[in-house]
Amino acid sequence: MNRTLTCIACPLGCTLSVELEGKDIISVSGNTCPRGKEYAISECTHPVRTLTTTMRCENGELVSVKTSKPIPKERVFDALAVINKTVARLPIAVGDVLISDLFGSDVVATMEKRK
Amino acid sequence: MTDLVIIGGGPAGMSAAISAYENGIKDIVILERDDELGGILRQCIHNGFGLHKFKEELTGPEYAHRYAKKVRDLGINVKLNTMVLDITKDKRVIATNSQEGVFEIQARAIILAMGCRERAKGALNIAGSRPSGIYSAGTAQKLVNVKGYLPGKEIVILGSGDIGLIMARRMTLEGACVKAVCELMPYSSGLARNIEQCLNDFNIPLRLSHTVVELHGRERLEGVTIARVDENRRPIKESYEFIPCDTLLLSCGLIPENELTKGIGAELSSVTNGSVVDQNRETTVSGVFSCGNVLHVHDLVDYVSEEAEIAGKGASEYIKGINKKGASIGITVDGKIRYTVPQIITEKKDVTVYLRVNNVYKNVKINVYDKDRLVLSKKKLKVAPAEMEAVKLSASMLEGVESLKFVLEEEK
Amino acid sequence: MYDVVIIGAGVVGGMIARELSFYNLKICLLEKENDVAMGATKANSAIVHAGFDAKVGSLKAKLNVRGSQMMPQVAKDLGVKYINNGSLVVGFNEEDEKTLESLKERGEANGVEGLKILNREEILKIEPNIGKGVTCGLYAPSGAIICPYDLAVSAIGNAMDNGAELRCNFEVTQIKDLGSHYILRSQDKEISARYIVNCAGIYSDKIAKMVGDDTFCVHPRRGEYLLLDKECGDIISHTIFVTPSKMGKGILVSPTVDGNLLLGPTAVDTEDKGDKSTTVEFFESILDIGRKSVDSIPANKTITSFCGLRSVGSTGDFIINSPVKRYVNVAAIESPGLSSAPAIAEYTCQLLTSIGLSLVKKENPITKRKSMHHFREATLEEKNQMIRENPSYGKIICRCEGVTEGEILDAIRRNPRPTDLDGIKRRTRAQMGRCQGGFCSPYVIELLSRELNIPYEKITKFGGESYVIAKETKK
Repeated sequence: MNRTLTCIACPLGCTLSVELEGKDIISVSGNTCPRGKEYAISECTHPVRTLTTTMRCENGELVSVKTSKPIPKERVFDALAVINKTVARLPIAVGDVLISDLFGSDVVATMEKRK
Repeated sequence: MTDLVIIGGGPAGMSAAISAYENGIKDIVILERDDELGGILRQCIHNGFGLHKFKEELTGPEYAHRYAKKVRDLGINVKLNTMVLDITKDKRVIATNSQEGVFEIQARAIILAMGCRERAKGALNIAGSRPSGIYSAGTAQKLVNVKGYLPGKEIVILGSGDIGLIMARRMTLEGACVKAVCELMPYSSGLARNIEQCLNDFNIPLRLSHTVVELHGRERLEGVTIARVDENRRPIKESYEFIPCDTLLLSCGLIPENELTKGIGAELSSVTNGSVVDQNRETTVSGVFSCGNVLHVHDLVDYVSEEAEIAGKGASEYIKGINKKGASIGITVDGKIRYTVPQIITEKKDVTVYLRVNNVYKNVKINVYDKDRLVLSKKKLKVAPAEMEAVKLSASMLEGVESLKFVLEEEK
Repeated sequence: MYDVVIIGAGVVGGMIARELSFYNLKICLLEKENDVAMGATKANSAIVHAGFDAKVGSLKAKLNVRGSQMMPQVAKDLGVKYINNGSLVVGFNEEDEKTLESLKERGEANGVEGLKILNREEILKIEPNIGKGVTCGLYAPSGAIICPYDLAVSAIGNAMDNGAELRCNFEVTQIKDLGSHYILRSQDKEISARYIVNCAGIYSDKIAKMVGDDTFCVHPRRGEYLLLDKECGDIISHTIFVTPSKMGKGILVSPTVDGNLLLGPTAVDTEDKGDKSTTVEFFESILDIGRKSVDSIPANKTITSFCGLRSVGSTGDFIINSPVKRYVNVAAIESPGLSSAPAIAEYTCQLLTSIGLSLVKKENPITKRKSMHHFREATLEEKNQMIRENPSYGKIICRCEGVTEGEILDAIRRNPRPTDLDGIKRRTRAQMGRCQGGFCSPYVIELLSRELNIPYEKITKFGGESYVIAKETKK
C-alpha cells in the first residue's frame, strides 16, 4: 500500500510517497531533506504535532505558549484542556516552563510577560 | 538631526535597525505605534518562523523576541506608542505620542517599515446585509490570541492564504467550528503544509474555486451563500449553497501600507503596491528606503528580515556617503513573472533579484535578457504565486547592460 | 409628563429637538434603534441641494431653498463639517441641454441664486476630469456637502445640552390619547406627552395610524452607494449629478466632507422596510455609470458600500401637517430632506405654535456645540497643549483616519452617548477608513467595555443582537 503525505516540517511542503506493507514502512520518497523522511515515518506510525496556543496569566492577560516537543496528535485537545485551566504566574521569560511533562512534552512560554 | 529614522518596529524595522547599527550607524530611532516591538508577529503565535534565519522552527513571538532583544542589547533608541503622522521629501518625520505630543525629527535617512494591512470586507463587494460577525482574519487573530476573545462559534473563512488557514486551526483549537474555507482560485495561495496541519488535521473542507456571494442576517451574521466560480472567477448561479454561520473571516490579501510613501511622491509599483526600489531598497526619493511588507508582501518573515538587512546597510552607506551609484538598469517582466524587487539596479555589483509569478507553473526556466542576449537562465521544477524566487546576478553579468527583462519560459 | 415627544432621532427629529430645546419645554426624543441617526440619516447622498429639483410652490421647494440658506450657520454653530463646493448637473446631448434650461428656470422660480448653464469648455475649467461625453452642465454655486449623521448627532447633542432627553431602544408600538395628553408605549415602557411630533422616517405612516391618521403612506426606496478611498476624493471638487430623465434622477458622483468619493444612489422600490442589503447588480453597474459623468474613477478603491432607504410619500411632497390635535406629522422626508432639515425644524415649530403649543424662549439657551472634530481641527500648539493636559490625545487608535484615544473617550462621554461600535464610528471616524476597523476595532471594543463597564460579550456593532464577541476564551 502507498500513502501520500504533505510534509509539514518546513514551508517547502514536499509531497511524500510512503510505501507501506502492513504497518511496516518499506520506503519514503519525494522528500528534499532527512526531516521529510522522519516526518513520513512518524506520520505513518505515531503522528505528532507541536501545539501552539495561549495561556491565561494571573493578571488576566494572555501569554503565548508551545509544547517544547511535538505531542501525540490525538492528545492535542486533551493538552488544550489542561493548558486552558492553568493560570501562569508572572513574570514570564521566553522559554519558561509553565507546565512540565504534558503528554511527554513541556509547555513553554514563547513571549515575555512582565509583572 | 538624527541619522536614521525607522518607521515601524516589526520584523522589518528591527532587522533594518540592527543592520544599520552593525554597519556603523549608531544614531538610530525606531518609531513603533504599538506598546512593544514585534509588529504583527506578536499575534502570530503559531510556529514555522525562522527556519532560514535561525535554522530552527520558532513561533512568531519568539522570532520577534530575538530581534527585540538584540535591538535592546545594542541600545538602539525606540519610541513606542508613537504614530508617524507625516514625512516630507526633505526627510522630516512628524509623529505623535502621549509623552511628547506632536513632534518632528529631522533625519538623514528614513527606512519605511510600516508593514501591510488586510483587504477589508468593503473592498470585496460582497452583496447582502451588513450584520456583525464579519472580520478580517488578522483582526480575529488579534482578538483571539492577544485579547483572549472568540469572535464567533460557527465560522466560514474566505481566502486560503496562510492567515486564513492558520486562523481555521486557531479558531478550532479555541472551540469554534470552522465549516469551510473558500478559495476563489483553483489553488490555495497558502503553504501546502498549512493545508495539511491546519485544515486536514481537523477535517475542515477547502472549497477551491468558491467564493462568498451573499451575506445574511440583519443583526448578527446568520449565514453566507457560497458559489462555485467559473474560469473567469464569476459565480455560477446553479451552484449557490447556503451555509449557516455566525462569523465570516476574510483572508483576501494584504496591501502594503504606503500612505506615508505616497505623501512624499515616491514612485509606487501598481503590481506590488509598494515603492519602486533599487538594489539597496532605496525608493525614488533619495535617502528614503523601504523594506518588508510595506515594499511587497512576503510569504516568509525570514525574507523580510533579509530584505531589511539590505535596506539597513543601504541606508548606512547613504548616510556615510559611500554608496557609488552610477548605473540605471531598469528591470521589466513578462507578466507571468508579476514583478521583481528591486525594479532598478543603480550600481554594478552582485545583486539578488527577487520575483513572484502569477500562476503555478512546472518545469520552467527563469530567463534574464539584456535585449535579445540571454544573461542568465535558471531552471525550476515548480514555481507558485505563494513562493518568492531569487535570482543572483553577478557584477560581471551587469557589464554593459542597459536594461533587463525577466521572462518565464515553459519547457515543451 | 413631557411637553413634546419627538418620535425618531434622525436628522429631522434631531433638528426639531434642537429648535424646541431653545424654549422652555420638557422634551423627549424617542428612537427605536440603539443610537441616533440610524435610518436614512446614516445612508444618503450627504448633499445640501441648491433647490432647483423640486416643483415650484411645493413644500419641498420652499424648505429646500430656505434650508440650504440656513445650513452654513447651523453647521458652524454645531461644529459640523460643511463644504460649499457647488454642484453641477451634467448633460450629454441637446435634449439634456433643454432639460437643464428648464431646471434653471425652475430653480430661479424657487429662489435659487447664481444658476448658470456651462458649455463643455467652461466645465473643463472647473472640473478637468469630467466625463468624455459631457456636453453641457447646470452650475449651482449654492450646492454643498455635509456629513448628515454628524449633523444629527450634533443637533441632538445640542438639544440635550439644553435639557432634552433621549431614549434609545424605545420603539413606539401604541399611542393612546387621554384628551389632555398622549401615552406612548413600547413593550413594557411608557411615557406621556402633551404633544407628539412624528419623525419616524419610513415608519412614519405606521405611527400616524396609531393616532388615527391614515391619509398617507410611506414606502421605502432602496438607494445603494459605493464609497471610495480618500485617494479618490480629489478627482472632482463639485457634486456631479446627471440630467434627470424618464429613467430617473441618475447616479451622482461627489466628494464627501471627509475627502472620500461617493457614488450612488440607485433607486429601487421595495416593500421591506428592513432591507438594507446591497446587490450584485449594483456592484456590476455602478462604476460604469459613474464613469459616464466622471472620468478616471478607479476600480479597486472601494472601501465600503451600503444601502439606505428613502421615505417616499404617497403625496409627492413632504407631509408636514397636524391631522389630529396636539400631533404633527413630519413625514415622507425624502430628498431634499437633509438640505431642508433646518427649515423643516423652523416650520414645524411654527406649526406647533399654531396648534396651541406655547413657545417661550429660554433665557440663555445653548445654541452652539463644540465640534466633534475639535482635536483634529486644532493647531499644532493647541494639540500639544491638549496632549499635555490629557495624554490620551497623543495615542492614535485608528491609524487610517488618525483618530486618538482621547477623541474616542470624548465621544463615549458626550451626549448623545454611543454604546456600540458603529456609534463610535459615526462620531469619530474610527473604523471608517480604508481598513474598515481591521486594526482598531479590538481597541474600540476595549474602550467601550471599560468606559461603559460592560463585558466584551455585551458590546454590539449597532445594538440588538449585533454582538461582536461570542465568548472569552479559556472559559
